[in-house]
Amino acid sequence: MLRYVVRRLLLTIPLLIGISLISFLVMNMAPGGPIGAAADMNPKATAEVRERMKAYYGLDQPLHIQYGRWLGRMATLDFGPSFSPDGRQVADKIRERIPVTLAINLLSMGIILLVAIPIGIYSAVRKDSWFDRISTVTVFTGFAIPTFWLALLLMMLFGVKLGWLPISGLVSLEHDSLSLAGKAWDRTQHLILPVLLAGFGGLAGFSRYMRSNMLEVIRQDYIATAKAKGLSERLVVFRHAVRNALLPVITILGLSVPDLLGGSVIFETIFAIPGMGQLFYQGVMSRDYPLIMGILVIGSFLTLVGNLLADVGYALADPRIRTG
Amino acid sequence: MRRLPAAVLVAMLTFGTIFLAAGCSGEKKEGAAKETAAMRVAPAYGDAIVFGSNGDVSGFLTAVTSDAASHDAASYVFNGLVRYDKNVKLEGELAESWEVTPDGKKITFRLRKGVKWHDGTPFTSDDVMFTYRKIIDPKTPTAYAEDFKQVRRASNPDPHTFVVEYEKPFAPALASWGMSILPKHLLEKYEDISKSPLNKEHPIGTGPYKFVEWKPGARVVFEANPDYFEGKPYIQRVITRIIPDQATMFLELKSGGVDSMNLTPVQYTRQTETEEFRKSYNKYRYTAFNYTYLGFRLSHPFFADRKVRRAIAHAINKKELVEGVLFGLGREAIGPYKPGTWVYNPDVPAFPYDPARARALLAEAGWKQGADGTLENGGKKFRFTVLTNAGNESRAKTAAILQQHLSAVGIAMEIRTVEWAAFINEFIDKRKFDAVILGWSVTPDPDQYDIWSSRKTGPKELNFVGFSNAEVDRLLEEGRRTFDLEKRRKAYFRIQEILAEELPYVFLYVPDSLPAVHNRFHGIEPAPIGISYNFIRWFVPNERQKYTSFQK
Repeated sequence: MLRYVVRRLLLTIPLLIGISLISFLVMNMAPGGPIGAAADMNPKATAEVRERMKAYYGLDQPLHIQYGRWLGRMATLDFGPSFSPDGRQVADKIRERIPVTLAINLLSMGIILLVAIPIGIYSAVRKDSWFDRISTVTVFTGFAIPTFWLALLLMMLFGVKLGWLPISGLVSLEHDSLSLAGKAWDRTQHLILPVLLAGFGGLAGFSRYMRSNMLEVIRQDYIATAKAKGLSERLVVFRHAVRNALLPVITILGLSVPDLLGGSVIFETIFAIPGMGQLFYQGVMSRDYPLIMGILVIGSFLTLVGNLLADVGYALADPRIRTG
Repeated sequence: MRRLPAAVLVAMLTFGTIFLAAGCSGEKKEGAAKETAAMRVAPAYGDAIVFGSNGDVSGFLTAVTSDAASHDAASYVFNGLVRYDKNVKLEGELAESWEVTPDGKKITFRLRKGVKWHDGTPFTSDDVMFTYRKIIDPKTPTAYAEDFKQVRRASNPDPHTFVVEYEKPFAPALASWGMSILPKHLLEKYEDISKSPLNKEHPIGTGPYKFVEWKPGARVVFEANPDYFEGKPYIQRVITRIIPDQATMFLELKSGGVDSMNLTPVQYTRQTETEEFRKSYNKYRYTAFNYTYLGFRLSHPFFADRKVRRAIAHAINKKELVEGVLFGLGREAIGPYKPGTWVYNPDVPAFPYDPARARALLAEAGWKQGADGTLENGGKKFRFTVLTNAGNESRAKTAAILQQHLSAVGIAMEIRTVEWAAFINEFIDKRKFDAVILGWSVTPDPDQYDIWSSRKTGPKELNFVGFSNAEVDRLLEEGRRTFDLEKRRKAYFRIQEILAEELPYVFLYVPDSLPAVHNRFHGIEPAPIGISYNFIRWFVPNERQKYTSFQK
């Protein structure tokens, strides 16, 4: 097992290099460049100024040299300085955004699991019942409704009309002057809408997975055996069926690892939340190459690690796989 | 403070255009009567004002940043030698006064005495000299060195005098000294000023507000500078919240989460005309410092003919554009200057909406009606594509309306919107367009050499339509080589006449700036430059102060 994990981890290195190379090329093929924002349509930006700024960012070098330099820095885990005028380290920019995105995603993931799994189980056990139908319609509605639209409606209701919740941002302006409990409540208030909305959108996927897994499992012989033994339905469902139906969820959880840090652009933009999604979007719009590359590398690394975790987790949980 | 960037002429980028366009020329204001009564209220210190901004700050030194949010933030902390006053005339800021020698080649600035940096160090001419040297330093990643490279010699004979000499007189130079003056004692140890903490973390200037904090992506906070040389500002704190989404910002405004934002025409006319909104907010309306135009690639076989350009001008109903795109909140444009300013020539030949005249002109140019209703000339149909950048709703609407107007005279116009970077790099730079709908910001200084001179048609240069007129070239040169306002006015008046006759662009409309400000703020006096020029004199009467935990 250990050898397997080590081998898989070593394999991620060439994979990451390949991904980064492709990303680098695609990024450079996109029209425009990092100095566009300052120099395009700016009469003061003469040809000489452009050349000078290109040289400043090392963009006057051929692509393979630029990539080589970047790779060299990455080898020492140095993401380099951002191309934005503030020139701050990419690592710092990412670090200050991670907690927010991670917190929101963990909370909404928790809500999704807490709500979706019971919905899935109950819909499967009571297949085609009223509950099944209503929950199906509800979760698909959540999946289909454009988040930004629902967000605006809820902001209007809770923020403007009722005045119960803040509309956007993470803390109120006078946060620093609040007591400890006040601060906690302030943060909670700001998180309610974003977390609920993120959760609502994600319910459909998980509850449907759970439902179909359950349906699959319920049809198995060992469930029939359990029932034949005269066990109560409760025991059959929870001890025998659910535990087996939960197995594929491990895979899905593993695949969600990169999403935890991904953040959603639309979502963070609507709620004015300074998270990873906005950072990446701004990076792309301003052609901030080091920042784009940094986020892409982290994203691909997490994807690979997530896959590995899923595989390992599955092997640990399911003896059939271990032996095979 | 949303002050006008002193000498920066920039194409208005995609989304925020109207909202970012800084200044305004104020005549009209809703609820004016209420304000005069309120004027009698005694000024008081304290409270905070919360602005909303679409974009985050990208640095605090204006030499290296180029976005509106950063320049706006810097305007609280830093001062220039000169600035524009409420009537859009240059006045001294850190310079008490200045003299220009009669030959126009030498400017002597007399600096204010007793000004201190926020850390207490006195401000001297050494700082000005340092700023000048840094901006022309090849190690500074700035796009604004050009104006300062015209300087032949700079000197500071004493701590309160700064002298610059130019090879040739250069009128726009004066306004260029409105750029932020930087503290030498804090920056001299940095070879590249953009890497200093003053740019990244904590700016220190001479301005009316001191920097408090910057939470990237969330907000920037400033605090009144008690030692400001024009007196301590009344409003204790300025908080700029970064709210990328326009709809969210509007909800924040309605719920009191922000105190001021620039409204869109639809918000101004439809969504704020409620009793509830009027109870808490004042709305202002002024002509903005920008215009939208339809520009032709003049080497295009259709548009090379002036008759065709005139026909198109006659075919366009600008009034309908102002109504349809701006809900009436703007005015028809006839030239590249802001209506009402000293350089604006109101008497240029206009091309009134007249489809019959348009058809006649087109017929004269050889275009005959074809079988499908589209005009034809020698077997070629009059079909072209107008390009505009994606994400700008008013330009997209403009295109749709123009399409109707032109099809009424037999011209088939297709619309294509392209993402900004691709638009510039693939189409404008490579001259791969028939016509474009774009906008320009208008600077207070009338020098538009870069847009109209036939010497500015090269790659990446701004006369991308390829306009070439010997008289305009001469007048542009004349206008920038004298400080004599009367001579300049004459030159620019004539340029406007020629532009109206030659029509390299059809000037379409000038929008209005539409800020709303919470009505607990008093002392706002709209002027041609806008409302922000006297920001340090805005105040909230004691009994209406809202944010009290910031008081010191």
